[in-house]
Amino acid sequence: MQKYQLKTFPKGGVHPAENKLSAGSPIKILPLPERVVIPVVQHLGAPAEPVVQKGDTVVAGQLLAQSKGFVSANIHASVSGKVFRIEERFDASGYKRLAFVIDRHDDTWDPAIDRSDTLHEHITASREEIIRKIQEAGIVGMGGATFPTHIKLNVPKGKKADILIINGVECEPFLTADHRLMLEKSKELMVGIRILMKALGVDRAVIGIEQNKPDAIDLLSSLAEKSSGITVQALKVKYPQGGEKQLIKAITGREVPSGALPVDVGAVVHNVGTTLAAYEAVQKNKPLVERIVTVTGKSLQEPSNFLVRIGTPVAEVIEAAGGLPEDTGKVVLGGPMMGKAVSKLDIPVTKGTSGILILPDSEAHRKPVQPCIRCAKCVSVCPMGLEPYLLMSLGQHQLWDKARRERALDCIECGSCSFICPADRPLLDYIRLDKMRIGALIRKEKKAVS
Amino acid sequence: MNKLLTVSLSPHVHGKDSTSRLMTGVVIALLPAWAVSVYYFGWAALYLPVLSVVFCMFFEFVIQKYMLKRASSLKDGSAIVTGLLLAFTLPSSLPVWILAIGALVAIGVGKMSFGGLGTNPFNPALVGRVFLFISFPVQLTSWPVPKGFHTSLTDAVTGATPLGLLKEGMRSGEQVSTLLKNVPDHMQMFLGYMGGSMGEVAAAALLLGFLYLLWKKIITWHIPVTILTTVFLFSGLLWLINPANNADPVFHLLTGGVMLGSIFMATDYVTSPMTPKGMIIYATGIGLLTVIIRRWGAYPEGVQFAILIMNAFVPLINMYVKPKRFGEVKKNG
Ligand code: SF4
Ligand code: SF4
Repeated sequence: MQKYQLKTFPKGGVHPAENKLSAGSPIKILPLPERVVIPVVQHLGAPAEPVVQKGDTVVAGQLLAQSKGFVSANIHASVSGKVFRIEERFDASGYKRLAFVIDRHDDTWDPAIDRSDTLHEHITASREEIIRKIQEAGIVGMGGATFPTHIKLNVPKGKKADILIINGVECEPFLTADHRLMLEKSKELMVGIRILMKALGVDRAVIGIEQNKPDAIDLLSSLAEKSSGITVQALKVKYPQGGEKQLIKAITGREVPSGALPVDVGAVVHNVGTTLAAYEAVQKNKPLVERIVTVTGKSLQEPSNFLVRIGTPVAEVIEAAGGLPEDTGKVVLGGPMMGKAVSKLDIPVTKGTSGILILPDSEAHRKPVQPCIRCAKCVSVCPMGLEPYLLMSLGQHQLWDKARRERALDCIECGSCSFICPADRPLLDYIRLDKMRIGALIRKEKKAVS
Repeated sequence: MNKLLTVSLSPHVHGKDSTSRLMTGVVIALLPAWAVSVYYFGWAALYLPVLSVVFCMFFEFVIQKYMLKRASSLKDGSAIVTGLLLAFTLPSSLPVWILAIGALVAIGVGKMSFGGLGTNPFNPALVGRVFLFISFPVQLTSWPVPKGFHTSLTDAVTGATPLGLLKEGMRSGEQVSTLLKNVPDHMQMFLGYMGGSMGEVAAAALLLGFLYLLWKKIITWHIPVTILTTVFLFSGLLWLINPANNADPVFHLLTGGVMLGSIFMATDYVTSPMTPKGMIIYATGIGLLTVIIRRWGAYPEGVQFAILIMNAFVPLINMYVKPKRFGEVKKNG
């Protein structure tokens, strides 16, 4: 007997082993680090501009860098202490980026911030105030995309959103941060949803959750009953169910056209982590200075979920979960399907770090590439209806124009094609190359026109 | 913590599919048909396929090592599949040296001359089989009577396939309905009791293999089901129009290489289309051509030619038949 009416996206998808090792571990507070490294860019968009100087003393929650340009986000201090340096530091991208290095003293917070656990359900802020507060708090998409949230809440003129979708899918294997958040911060989450609904001016919100989290589905469903306009939708376990376009399709049946934005079909999607951050920003005055991080891996002693201050070195989070296992071969920030492998562990946890995944050496390497046997599996799993084998071969032959016509830019980089390929072909690597080169082509065209 | 970490782009996990695993799956799916074949045709049906595999692997190894000077790809298992399929399309009375030539052509011409696995436009086993068919028509059309381990290869020539009988009859102008009185009934055919190639006689066993392939997600239903449906409908139409001059549709499904061809040959990854829609177009073509050749062509069986002809259209189909792109909706829709 099916307990829920399940929905899913129609085309493609894969079923990687779920490995949700830390699903049963309640969120623990990570001991505060002695030193944090806070990059000025932790979001999609332009770096924020520093407003404090080397040697300054700061308190937790204080603004460190002001967003600059249209797509950008504020950066705040996550601990209280002294700005030791403002210098270039490696972050997860593998590049050096300007960052504040802060030596922690104690744990003093900006007095305007309400750090109590009291639930503030009543929303007094107006639509504009909500968006302003979210912008000031430096909130970005916390599912990993890190797109500044306030921009998504400002529906462009001439467009209209009619549904808010809350992404609690967490379809990436291993990760459980959103799952724990939904269980432990459910009431705050519901207020957060109402805040976002108000900001968007919509009267309907649907929380999408994969069926493998029945406790979260039950809990949020019971809370949603008391809140008008909010419902929970159980979804089939299938990757990438949490992809923005796939989720919109699954829940509303609407298909975001190629090259368009979700709001073009009236939908706006926010992750549960982002929604909680919005609650804290609007009701508690709290900027985004900490987040829930899953630290996990089959050899790790204690796969856990921690509440981590932004800027904490990845190594310290791993230490708290029992330390780096002997057989470690790869450390990934994010999930195994879309996460980034890192070469160093002194890089900081940032706003988009949903998890730290430790893979043993035996699983860290790719297998040798074999010839394409044209099995069509990559085509059948691609949720965007692309032909990965073709896009890869166009990439190999540097036929960017042709790759563009074959819609390479539609690729959401979910990795399903590389995951399934029996010949172990690096399909997504080449598709990324296609996209980069096509991007360069487009920029050139634009220049030629202007 | 001074450990060297591996860095690579996502995804960081991989499914359990591999080329060799898929090929092993195909071999397993062929086992029931092989067993039935041994039951009906005896020892020859046991050792000829084995020899065929050995020849195919040998030629692949030699060509790669000494002519192309490339690393061997024997591990992927595709030569095993080619060897088995080649043998399955041949009569059990075939002399071993002819089989060896077939294997050489299948691997050398059908596969390696195009660059090896993945780049060959035609199904290698069928290239070998058709070459033999044209070069050694007599040996290729001598069918042993299915007598199990009592089959003596010397009196093999006396047998004939139901399709062969049909064609003979049509040539001599006899009524098809009277001719068919002399062939095994449908149930016997379904279980493989008839003259024919080693691996193609038992529809039941081949269908079992089909179910296995579907279960293991090695192939999808599109190609086999479409071919069988097309053959059934088209031959059924001809039969309805003129039952005296045509065999019934079930007869068409159970005889010759239609089952083997549609389940195991037309579905060859390399030489079939990449999208479900493309597969259906391709398979419809195979079904129609099969019946056309059987009914009006010079040969009693047409499925192998039909597959090879449609193989040639695959690049074209792939070029024009695209998957349904996500987000490809009409601007005002
Ligand atoms: S999945 Fe791999 S082997 Fe199969 S068609 Fe795609 S690229 Fe080729
Ligand atoms: S082509 Fe892009 S969207 Fe399609 S499966 Fe591969 S990574 Fe995912």
